[in-house]
Amino acid sequence: MEMTRRDMLAFASALAAVGLIGIKPAEASTELLEEAINKFAGGMPESGGVSITAPEIAENGNTVPVEVEAPGATDILILADGNPNPDVATMHFGKLAAEQRGATRIRLAKTQNVVAVAKMQDGTYRMAKREVKVTIGGCGG
Amino acid sequence: MLSRRDFLQMSIAASAIVGASGVGDWARLAARQSLTQNDLLDFETTGNVTLIHFTDCHAQVKPVWFREPSINIGVGEVSGKPPHISGKAFLDAYGLEAGSPEAYALTSEDFVNMAQAYGRVGGMDRVSTIVKAIRADRPGALFLDGGDTWQGSLTSLKTEGQDMVNIMNLLRPDAMTSHWEFTYGVDRVNEIVENLPFPFLGANIFDNEWDEPAYEPYSMYERNGVNIAVIGQAFPYLPIANPRWMFPGLSFGVREERMREVVAEVKDEGADLVVVLSHNGFDVDRKMAAQVEGIDVILAGHTHDALPDPVVVGKTLIVASGSHSKFVSRLDLDVQGKSVKGFNYRLIPVFADVIAPDPEMTALVEKERAPFKAELEKVVGKTDSLLYRRGNFNGTWDDLICQALLEERDADIALSPGFRWGPSLLPGEDITREDIYAATGMTYPNAYRTEMTGEMLHTILEDVADNLFNPDPYYQQGGDMVRVGGMGYRIDVNKPIGERITEMVLLKTGEKIDRDKSYVVSGWASVNEGTEGPPIYDVVESYVARKGTISLEPNTSVKVTGA
Repeated sequence: MEMTRRDMLAFASALAAVGLIGIKPAEASTELLEEAINKFAGGMPESGGVSITAPEIAENGNTVPVEVEAPGATDILILADGNPNPDVATMHFGKLAAEQRGATRIRLAKTQNVVAVAKMQDGTYRMAKREVKVTIGGCGG
Repeated sequence: MLSRRDFLQMSIAASAIVGASGVGDWARLAARQSLTQNDLLDFETTGNVTLIHFTDCHAQVKPVWFREPSINIGVGEVSGKPPHISGKAFLDAYGLEAGSPEAYALTSEDFVNMAQAYGRVGGMDRVSTIVKAIRADRPGALFLDGGDTWQGSLTSLKTEGQDMVNIMNLLRPDAMTSHWEFTYGVDRVNEIVENLPFPFLGANIFDNEWDEPAYEPYSMYERNGVNIAVIGQAFPYLPIANPRWMFPGLSFGVREERMREVVAEVKDEGADLVVVLSHNGFDVDRKMAAQVEGIDVILAGHTHDALPDPVVVGKTLIVASGSHSKFVSRLDLDVQGKSVKGFNYRLIPVFADVIAPDPEMTALVEKERAPFKAELEKVVGKTDSLLYRRGNFNGTWDDLICQALLEERDADIALSPGFRWGPSLLPGEDITREDIYAATGMTYPNAYRTEMTGEMLHTILEDVADNLFNPDPYYQQGGDMVRVGGMGYRIDVNKPIGERITEMVLLKTGEKIDRDKSYVVSGWASVNEGTEGPPIYDVVESYVARKGTISLEPNTSVKVTGA
């Protein structure tokens, strides 16, 4: 491909940023995701009781705002199933925490699911999943 | 300004070129002559609140031609529902007669003949007449501008929107929201907003760093004892569909939860009527109306749909008022005890030869245009074909632009963005510099020339198609499909991303596009900072000047299935 950096157009640069051209980065397999969930929760938790707030389409795949909330949780694990490594963060909530809610910004290599697994006070686990699209954009309007 | 006599002369000249089709044309002329301003403005004043909606004028201040789409596909649940109907289906859905003024305003059937019979549409001086008439009928009527107001013409580009700011300030809207406004850069927007005599609303615009609201989310008005909240919703995908580097500190998004919070907030403040002045796009608004309780009216913009009746979702009325100053909507509401007990609605087509211009506005428009008169009127060439843009796939304006890119930039394949703005030109008309800017005038115009593999071209088409045909409206960005020159393809709109686009063919050789092979591609409107190349309006101008007269063959290079 003969594309100089300077000539590069939006589509191409956005593609490069999300890793669709050039060397394809490894992506987390379903096994890796399941392994991470299993390790944390000892099985596949039921969904519900956890909410994920994230944009439908990322404005910038390098820094996507994600908020998770699970009332009554002691810990929340955040995973991204399309990144080379699915681990994002684990949040721990002390007994005095007024809310079991946390927000961060994460990098998403491409369109994928953000998964949140919550460990509840009674020792049970709950889960939520939300797809965030990472596009090359450029033609709305 | 076009006088009635000029109009008649022009229409005779135009029919000489196209060939009058006898009886049909006379019938239509008769219909036109029977149409009066009173017919267009006639309205049974209802209830205690009047909203005037005007949106997506794209800086069109003089009367224009504007052909509505002949193809406007909806997918999933909204397939075949308004606004995703066109032509005869549209007429049938609303009980309109072919050849009627409404048919001319709302569909593309027999467009050239009807244009000659009914004349141009829009013009800010006609819009002003309508707004003044409604205000006279209902003092305190709220006049709300849905945005895409400051961009779309030579004069707006050269004055960074100032001509439109001056013109709109004379019309005195009660609020506006935004989209293309931000393509002048955040500093320019803030400079204008600081001095704007009305609120610039956007509940979904946030500061990126602190995640705090960056503009006023809503404004409250009291009219006839009714507390009205107007919530602004800017175009959600500005940083994706337009260059993010022009407003780096801002974040947008649909932000359904935020809308829910703001609706609750205005109700706490005592709102009896909740209005969302939206630049979401129609399908996004329809979903938001279903998801968020408590919105009485959504004034929908962005997707340029014009519907003769509101679409009702639960308790929410959604009004769609077209584009290019072609329509002004009037919605009267009877608000009693915090709920809408009745309404009356009219989508008023701004027929430029029927609505009398408001001299005060005519004078201002001419004053704003005067410094650019020579440029605006410069005749570059002529067209033998109808030039239009709107429609899901290639329109003739973009066929012309793509051809200019292929030839002037010596490329195999051309890409032109699926913008919905840009008026039409009739066969036999001159192409002026003003016309070229009306189809291309924006702040990131550089026409790049680069190489792309077949695989990358496929990825681009798939990505844009998913922005248009994703069955979940919240993922739709509201443009049309990227227009392609030099390459044909097949699209199945109902397939998922990655599977919609097949049979990509290089038209000049007829060979299949090879995933691994590189092709020379030229395009414009890249959202990437630092894109190099001549501005698209210069590319198109040199092409039209070289050709002299533009004649376009019907474009059959895109095969559409699943619609």
